[in-house]
Amino acid sequence: MTAAASTAPSTAGDLLVATDTSKVFGGLVAVSDIDFTIPTGSIVSLIGPNGAGKTTFFNMITGLYVPTTGKIRFDGRDITGKKPHEVVRVGIARTFQNIRLFGNMTAEENVLVGLHHRLKGRWFGAILRTPDVTREEAEAHAQAQELLELVGLRQRADTLARNLPYGDQRRLEIARALATAPKLLLLDEPTAGMNPEETRRLTDFVRDLRARLGLTVLLIEHDMKVVMGISDRVTVLDHGEKIAEGSPAEVRADTRVVEAYLGRGAAAG
Amino acid sequence: MTSAVRAPRPTIPNPFAGMDRRRRDLTIVAILLVVAIVYPVGYRSLEAALPFIPWPGTAVLITCATFAILALGLNIVMGFAGLLDLGYVAFYAIGAYTTAFLASSHFGIHISWWIVIWIAVAAAAVFGILLGAPTLKLRGDYLAIVTLGFGEIVRIVFRNLGDFTLALPAFLGGAILVGPNANLTGGNTGINPIDPPTIPIPGPWGNQIVFSNQNAIASWYLVLALLVITYVVCVRLRDSKLGRAWMAIREDETAAAAMGINTVTTKLLAFSLGASFSGFAGAFTGAYQTAIFAETFNFNVSILVVVIIILGGIGSLRGVVIGAFAAQYVNQTLLAFLGTRIFNQPLNDLGDATGIDLLSDFNLATYNYLIFGVVLAIMMIRRPEGLFPDEGAKAEMHGIGVAAEVTAGSAELLAAAEEAEAVALEAAAIEEATEIPDALPDVLPDVLVERGDVIDLADEEKPS
Repeated sequence: MTAAASTAPSTAGDLLVATDTSKVFGGLVAVSDIDFTIPTGSIVSLIGPNGAGKTTFFNMITGLYVPTTGKIRFDGRDITGKKPHEVVRVGIARTFQNIRLFGNMTAEENVLVGLHHRLKGRWFGAILRTPDVTREEAEAHAQAQELLELVGLRQRADTLARNLPYGDQRRLEIARALATAPKLLLLDEPTAGMNPEETRRLTDFVRDLRARLGLTVLLIEHDMKVVMGISDRVTVLDHGEKIAEGSPAEVRADTRVVEAYLGRGAAAG
Repeated sequence: MTSAVRAPRPTIPNPFAGMDRRRRDLTIVAILLVVAIVYPVGYRSLEAALPFIPWPGTAVLITCATFAILALGLNIVMGFAGLLDLGYVAFYAIGAYTTAFLASSHFGIHISWWIVIWIAVAAAAVFGILLGAPTLKLRGDYLAIVTLGFGEIVRIVFRNLGDFTLALPAFLGGAILVGPNANLTGGNTGINPIDPPTIPIPGPWGNQIVFSNQNAIASWYLVLALLVITYVVCVRLRDSKLGRAWMAIREDETAAAAMGINTVTTKLLAFSLGASFSGFAGAFTGAYQTAIFAETFNFNVSILVVVIIILGGIGSLRGVVIGAFAAQYVNQTLLAFLGTRIFNQPLNDLGDATGIDLLSDFNLATYNYLIFGVVLAIMMIRRPEGLFPDEGAKAEMHGIGVAAEVTAGSAELLAAAEEAEAVALEAAAIEEATEIPDALPDVLPDVLVERGDVIDLADEEKPS
């Protein structure tokens, strides 16, 4: 755990800075005045009981929701209110809590969709099948194969996503997200429904990704073993508010957190 | 006993065995093209030699190909992008009217058809965007209703613009801006005649080739060429990043956006590229018939194209083309043939004898939409993926493909279990008949099974 913290590059700055962000649905305040930063190169976890506003916060970062108040800056740019596809283009990719693959497309095609915005070819080029487009397509397929190799799914390239086992679907979703060449990867409960062995492998995989690709990772996770083992920093939400922030050890010692959440989590673990 | 169950099925020798997929497909396409080119020339002799087969005439084939183009266009919207469009006929009408406006005496504009067709394509594409833009947030049923309305509006506008007056309201002076009784579209009488495409090649046919209904064979070659172009473009779009983006939107729009796909422009491209092919079909139809009437672009056309797509296999390009030829062949040749040769006369006689008008007037060909409806209903139940689906669609419609295989496998297992049960019962019967209670080991059959046991037949040969 401490090893993970020490391998994190020194904060050359914060990759993502959210200031005073709130999201209100009708009368419900889902996220309330949250200040939140993600240091470049770190693995940050967002935890909290169900309904604490974690996924809402994710959705604000990725452009699915427009924040009611506040600003989100990423890599020096204001991305508040940008559309989801624009957010991807500045370098934020995500996975979904309930896996959202393109079920009737093959594993390779799913990854190719992730590569979409990096391909320059236009539709008329595709119709005329210009040499540029042909070359780009060949490169994209090679790249997709590499990404599938990275997550250990190369043998499954031609399998329809819906026919993959659960664990493979989770990994394919990560490969698809990586295809967008993100600087920041958001993982929404990546180990949900996994057994301890699968969970351990996925944790190692995420740590490895950070090391190999220089990624910054934001994680929503319920499994406290994962959170404590992998995170450089943990932020705790409860009822839409940030109740604690700090290193895993600090958060673990925080009485409010223990009261709100971790007491039960630690007892179960 | 079990060998009967396991006997290999007699196999039909596959002429394409050993070929890879691409080569096989190319071979089939090449054969089909040769048949398509030769057929209209030999059609009369075929019909004379084998009159009991309902051979489609060249004019029927032309309709088939026209609808194949329409179906391929709509397939981009419905099959690839997953947007249900029930007003596709609107773009067909727009393509046809564009041609009529620019190549007829109606306005006295006579631009060459070879240029007009591209203008028709552009016009249809523009209207595709105009329809697409306000409907972007709609899905499923709602989109279907709006597009249906659009199709009707376009038809009615073309009909009513044959006689209209555009004036300022009374409180602004009531000045007449256009008209009175302006004629933009010919109204119910349509626009007639339209200049057909021509190529100035002299020959036995005169000093130029004219592609109109006066020369069905030449027109067939023209529409065939348009169909081939459409097909190739569709294949290339499908295999491009745009095609993948369409399918991603069809599968999960939110996830597609989260992967960097601009869903707005991608859906608009589906609408406009899909519509542009109906510009092809419209420009051809207008010029081939040398006349167009608003009422021919009615709702039935939209429905027929949707039926073709579902029949052939939504999203499957070859399925859609085969579906178009099958549907229009049945519609225009087969039903008329079966009617006049077999069904109509006896039923009419029966009607005359019994005084039932429904039977006296019976004509099978007029029941085409009833028959399509029944076929469609059966298809939805028995084979929702269409007659010639793509692999993905098959899996989608029948749940997980692997599960289907497993089910097939367990059916086999079940059969094996039944077989085993029969063996066991027979063995029990032998045992009973022999009645040597103390000599059990000698008379026991090789297979010792209780009723209801499941055994592995592969192990049957080994002593248990």
